[in-house]
Amino acid sequence: MARLSLKAALLVGAIALLAAAAQAEDRFGIGRPATPAEVAGWNIDIGRDGSNLPPGSGSVERGRTVFAEQCAACHGDSGQGAVGDRLVGGQGTLASPKPIRTVGSYWPYASTLFDYIRRAMPQNAPQSLSNEDVYAVSAYILSLNGIVPANAVLDAKSLAAVKMPNRDGFVSDPRPDVRNR
Amino acid sequence: MSENTTDKRVREASRRRFLQAGAALASGSAIAELVGSPALAEQGNNLPPSVPEWMKAPGDPMGSQPYGTPSVHEKGVVKNISKTLPQYISASGRTPLQELDGIITPNGLFYERHHGGVPTIDPAEHRLMLHGMVDRPLLFTMEDIRRFPSQSRIHFIECSGNPVYTKPYGKTASDLVGLLSCAEWTGVPLKTVLDEAGLQAGAKWIVAEGADAAALTRSIPIEKCLDDAMLVYSQNGERLRPQQGYPLRLLLPGFEGNMNVKWLRRLKVTAEPAYSREETSKYTDPMPDGTSREFTFYMEAKSIITRPSGGQKLTAKGFHEITGVAWSGHGKIKSVEVSLDEGKSWQQAELQEPVLTRALTRFRLPWHWDGSPAMIQSRAIDETGYIQPTLAELVAVRGLNSFYHNNAIWPWRIDANGEVTNGQA
Repeated sequence: MARLSLKAALLVGAIALLAAAAQAEDRFGIGRPATPAEVAGWNIDIGRDGSNLPPGSGSVERGRTVFAEQCAACHGDSGQGAVGDRLVGGQGTLASPKPIRTVGSYWPYASTLFDYIRRAMPQNAPQSLSNEDVYAVSAYILSLNGIVPANAVLDAKSLAAVKMPNRDGFVSDPRPDVRNR
Repeated sequence: MSENTTDKRVREASRRRFLQAGAALASGSAIAELVGSPALAEQGNNLPPSVPEWMKAPGDPMGSQPYGTPSVHEKGVVKNISKTLPQYISASGRTPLQELDGIITPNGLFYERHHGGVPTIDPAEHRLMLHGMVDRPLLFTMEDIRRFPSQSRIHFIECSGNPVYTKPYGKTASDLVGLLSCAEWTGVPLKTVLDEAGLQAGAKWIVAEGADAAALTRSIPIEKCLDDAMLVYSQNGERLRPQQGYPLRLLLPGFEGNMNVKWLRRLKVTAEPAYSREETSKYTDPMPDGTSREFTFYMEAKSIITRPSGGQKLTAKGFHEITGVAWSGHGKIKSVEVSLDEGKSWQQAELQEPVLTRALTRFRLPWHWDGSPAMIQSRAIDETGYIQPTLAELVAVRGLNSFYHNNAIWPWRIDANGEVTNGQA
């Protein structure tokens, strides 16, 4: 009896092992697990709801200094644009024959500003600004557009709460949109 | 057409004879007729009856070019890069479509668009991270990626701003739609790699990120990732060129070029898009009412005549082959029609086999040019029945500020001298 149950137990164990092996066979077993620390180091995406925004904060005042040092050479002293995109103005022009698309007039989410500045700006040294300075520059550009006040200090919560003027300006793709038959 | 030295010599010789014949200054078309005459002998040390100089001594020895480059007489066939761009770090360079035959773009002439320069990446230190809504977050080396079962497929990639809707319109086919190229890509289906990590319920998008100085980021709908998306490491048989994403690129057949993220380092599986800068402030299509279309992925059916095309010249009346390329992000090209009469009537062009899904398709139409001014244009029809529209039809819906996804028919005007220019300019 004891021998029988041992046999049964062995059988059950063998079946479980086979099942696990079959499941593993569906995969190639190529690659290795990415550790949480590795993922945290590379996962710099900020959601439109502000998810994944880091700790820290930055003021419009500090942003004015950082902008002058890091951004003005390409975007102009007051974000009017030069080699780099125009960042300021244009609100109310999108339906006109000469629309002006800037952070203030066009960008739907303020959190994207943090995401983009941190990952790609300044163009000659991306990912070199501290999180505090990215908050500060974001705040300064938003203040130049009249979206936050001149004394604003932005952090994860307050940046995520900013509602951009063109938040609802985007529609889904209706193509094919040209009827030529 | 690129002028090679022999062509130039032939024309020079013919011209001298013509002038020697004592004729008064003649029109270009009269010269063209004489050039076309078989009765005229040509003069030149390398022409019959002389023995050409390159037969009188051995040529370059084996090994003089460990990696082969085109003939010195093809030096003019290079990427079309504007000399007046505001900057060259975020910039584009175009394929010289009017110089090429067939459907495959040579790797050195493949169009380029980058947003933070071209990184120099050591493949031994490149990693692909796959994380987010997966059972097993994974990290792959390039050796790992190449261990997966591979596939090779021929697909075009086209930039969505190719061309914009506003003047000045380009002079050549390359100026107009040169942000278009086609290659045979080799890599692993993205689905195979995703299965390795195990997608979780609710996974709707994958955010792809490049390892360039722009850390360029785009969101891809999961349906595309599980359909024909690939992770590619080779292009036309050799490893990707740095300009095309060496050592690893995302390939999304039929989707706008920007989404085919180069130097791919990270795939994050998510429930919603990233709403990155490249899919909100750029690569969205402004409409006349002030709204903008977002997530406009597919490149619709399109075609362009590459010969004869803008900047070229017909040097003789008589037979000419009209040829060009057609393509559609929605599948195969069903037919291409060509008009020789300002769009009043259209005739079927011949399609060169193979006609492949989401690949360039070469078309041809034999033509006899009688020397009178003409307007020639092509329109593509894809397997969904979609017909390439005119610019006027597009602008009527989208206005002039839409910037992206202009797939208009583009006519070429040929004057009595055989000069070919942009028919919309």
